[in-house]
Amino acid sequence: MRGSLKELGVYYRNLTRNMVLLITFVSITPMILVSGLILFQFHTSFQEKVHAHLTTLVKKHKQNIDTFLKERLADIRQLARTFTFEELSNESFLQDRLATLQDEFGPVFVDLGVVNARGLQVAYAGPFKLGMALYSTADWFQRAMKSNAFISDVFLGLRGLPHFIVAVRENWRGDPWILRATIDFVAFNNLVEHIRIGETGFAFILNRNGEFQTKPFQEIVPGKGPYLELLRSDNSAGERPVSIGRMTGEAGVKNIFVASPLKEGDWLLVYQQKVSDAFSDFERSLRVTMVVLLLGLIAIVTTAFLLSRRMVGRIAKADREKHMMNEQVVETGKLASVGELAAGIAHEINNPVAIMVEEAGWIEDLLEEEDFKDGANLKEFRRALNQIRTQGKRCKEITHKLLSFARKTDERVQEFRIDEAIQEIVALSAQRAKYSNVTVKLNLSEDLPNVRLSQAELQQVLLNLINNALDAMEKQGGSLEISSREEEGILMIEVADNGPGIPAANLGRIFDPFFTTKPVGKGTGLGLSICYGIVKKLGGDIEVASTVGVGTTFRIKIPLEMIKAQGSLNGKGE
Amino acid sequence: MALAKVMLVDDEVPFVETMTKRLTKRDLTVTSAFSGKDALDALAKDQAVEVVILDVKMPGMDGIDTLREIKRLYPLVEVVMLTGHATVESAIEGMKLGAFDYLMKPCDMEVLMGKVQEAAAKKRQHENKIIDARLKEITSRRA
Repeated sequence: MRGSLKELGVYYRNLTRNMVLLITFVSITPMILVSGLILFQFHTSFQEKVHAHLTTLVKKHKQNIDTFLKERLADIRQLARTFTFEELSNESFLQDRLATLQDEFGPVFVDLGVVNARGLQVAYAGPFKLGMALYSTADWFQRAMKSNAFISDVFLGLRGLPHFIVAVRENWRGDPWILRATIDFVAFNNLVEHIRIGETGFAFILNRNGEFQTKPFQEIVPGKGPYLELLRSDNSAGERPVSIGRMTGEAGVKNIFVASPLKEGDWLLVYQQKVSDAFSDFERSLRVTMVVLLLGLIAIVTTAFLLSRRMVGRIAKADREKHMMNEQVVETGKLASVGELAAGIAHEINNPVAIMVEEAGWIEDLLEEEDFKDGANLKEFRRALNQIRTQGKRCKEITHKLLSFARKTDERVQEFRIDEAIQEIVALSAQRAKYSNVTVKLNLSEDLPNVRLSQAELQQVLLNLINNALDAMEKQGGSLEISSREEEGILMIEVADNGPGIPAANLGRIFDPFFTTKPVGKGTGLGLSICYGIVKKLGGDIEVASTVGVGTTFRIKIPLEMIKAQGSLNGKGE
Repeated sequence: MALAKVMLVDDEVPFVETMTKRLTKRDLTVTSAFSGKDALDALAKDQAVEVVILDVKMPGMDGIDTLREIKRLYPLVEVVMLTGHATVESAIEGMKLGAFDYLMKPCDMEVLMGKVQEAAAKKRQHENKIIDARLKEITSRRA
C-alpha cells in the first residue's frame, strides 16, 4: 500500500507538471507570436518613418545650403559683371559695395577682394589688412583661374581664421581678374548647426578629404572609421541625392548616418544620430512591451501552477475518496458474507444442540424410573444433565445473538430506538470487554425520539469505536462509558474510555484512511475513516478529545431532524 | 386418558424420536411426522389430534405453509410453532395465521408441556362451545 502511495505521489507530480507546461505553452505561445509580429511590424514602419523624416530633413537642408552657396556666388558674379575691374580696384568703391552687401545680407560677407591675373590683390575691403596680398600660389586662386566661378573649402588662409571663399573670374581688356568674397564661417555654420534632433542628432559638412566644413556639435574625428567609410560609399553612390546607412562607431555605439552631396559632390552633408536615440520611442515601447510580456509570463506561470496544483489536489482527494469508498464496499460486503455464514452456522448448530438437550432431558426422565431411584450416583447424573441443559442454553443464546446480528447487516433504513440499538451492540461486545477486564457503563437517555437510519451502519460505527476502545485498554483494563442524549436538537452519542489516550501528533490523522497505530496485520486503518464517512453521510459529525494517560472520548453528533422518524414505529421504511 | 393428543412435526428424526418418548412419558399421546406433507396426511387419517407442534424451518413445505394448510382444513386444531431462531417476521406471520404460540429450540420441557396443555384446553373449550351451541340449537328446535 505504501509503495502504491509513493507511485501515486509521482503520478500526481507528473500530472501537475504536465498541466503547468501545457497551460503555460498554450497561453504563452500565441502571446509571444502576436507580440513579436506586432513589434516587428511596428519596428519596420517606425524605421521607415524615421528614415523618411531624416531624408526629408537632410534633403531640405541640402537645398538650403546649395541655395545659399549659389546665391552668394550669384551676388558676387552680379557685382563683378555690373562693375568694371577699374571701378572695383578703387578700394573706397569696394568698401561701399561691401557695405551694400552687408546691408542686404547681414554679416555673411566678411570682405571683398579684387585679384589680378598674377594673383595680386589689387583692392581689398574688409576688417583685415590684406591689401596687395599675393595669392598666386594659393590653391583657390589656381582653381578659380581655371573655372569662371569657384567656392573653396574651408581653410585658415592668411588671416588664421576658418573661412571660405567665393570667387568669380571676369575678363577686362583680355586679362582675367577675380572678384572674391569671404563668407563668414559663423553665418554658414548656423545653416547646419540648427539641425538638431533628440539628444545625439546633429549635422555637419565634410569635404572630399574628410575635413570639416562646419563645426560639428560633437567632438569627432572625421578622418577615421565610419566617416571615411561614408565618404567612400558616397563617392560610389554619388548620384543618389540622399543615402542612409548604419555603422558601428569606435566605442561600439551604433549610429545612423544620413548623407547627401553638396556643391556638386565636393562636399557632403552628413547627419549623424545614435540609433538608440533615433529609435528611442520604439525602444521605450519595446521596453514597456517586454515588461508587460514578462509580467504576463509570470502571471501565466503562477496561475498555471496554482490552478494545476489545486486541480490535482481535487483529483487526488477524489481518488482517495473513491479508494476509501471501494474499501468500504469491500468491507461491507465482507461483513455481509460473514453475517450470512454466521447465520447459516448458527442455524445448523441449533438443531443438533436441541437434540442433545432433548436427549439429556430424556435421560433425566428415565432417571425418574424406579430402577434408578436408589442409584448411588443419581445426584451426579442429575448434576451432569443439568449442566448439559445449561450449556445447551448458552449455545442457544450465542447462536441467537449471531443470528440477530447477521440479520441486520443490511443498508436498509429502519426505524428503531437508539438506546435499544446501543444496548444490542454493547451486548455483542460484552464478552470481549470481560476478557479485556473492561467494565462497560451505559448512560442512555430513554426520551430520545425513534430514529430512521440504517441500523447496520450505526452498529458498524459504534462497534468500531467500542472495539478501538477495547483494543486500547486490552492490556491494563479500564472502564468504557457509552452515553446518549439530545442536546439542542442534536443526537449525541459518546464513547469514552480511560485508556492510554491518543498522542496529539496522531489526533489530526486518526480519521485518515490507512492511518493506523496497530501492529501490521492487525488494523486496516479504515475503521475510523468508515465511521467518519458514515456519520458525515448522515449529515453529522464525529469528534475526538483525548489526553494521553487520561483517556479518549469519541463524540458522534447527528442533527435529529436528519434522522428523526416521521411516522409511527410500525412503518418499516426503505 | 392421556392429557392431550399431539402431533410432532420436524425434519430432524432424532429430535422427533426423543421428544416423542419424553412427551409420551408425560402422559401425552404423540404421533409424529417428518415433513409438512406427512403431517397433513396423518391429520387426514387421525382426526383426534388436538395440538400440532410444528417446526418452522423444514425442507420442502415449510412450517408456515403447513400451518396455513392445517388452519384451512382443521381450524380447531391448535398449532405451537417451534423454531431455531426467532425472527420477528416469521413470528408475526405465524401468529397472523392462527398459531397458538411460538417457542424457541431448544425449549424447556416444562414450558412446552404448559403450552401444549393450554392449547389442548383451548381446543376442547372451542369444541365444547360448538357442541353446546349445537345442543342449544337442537333443544330449542324441539321446544
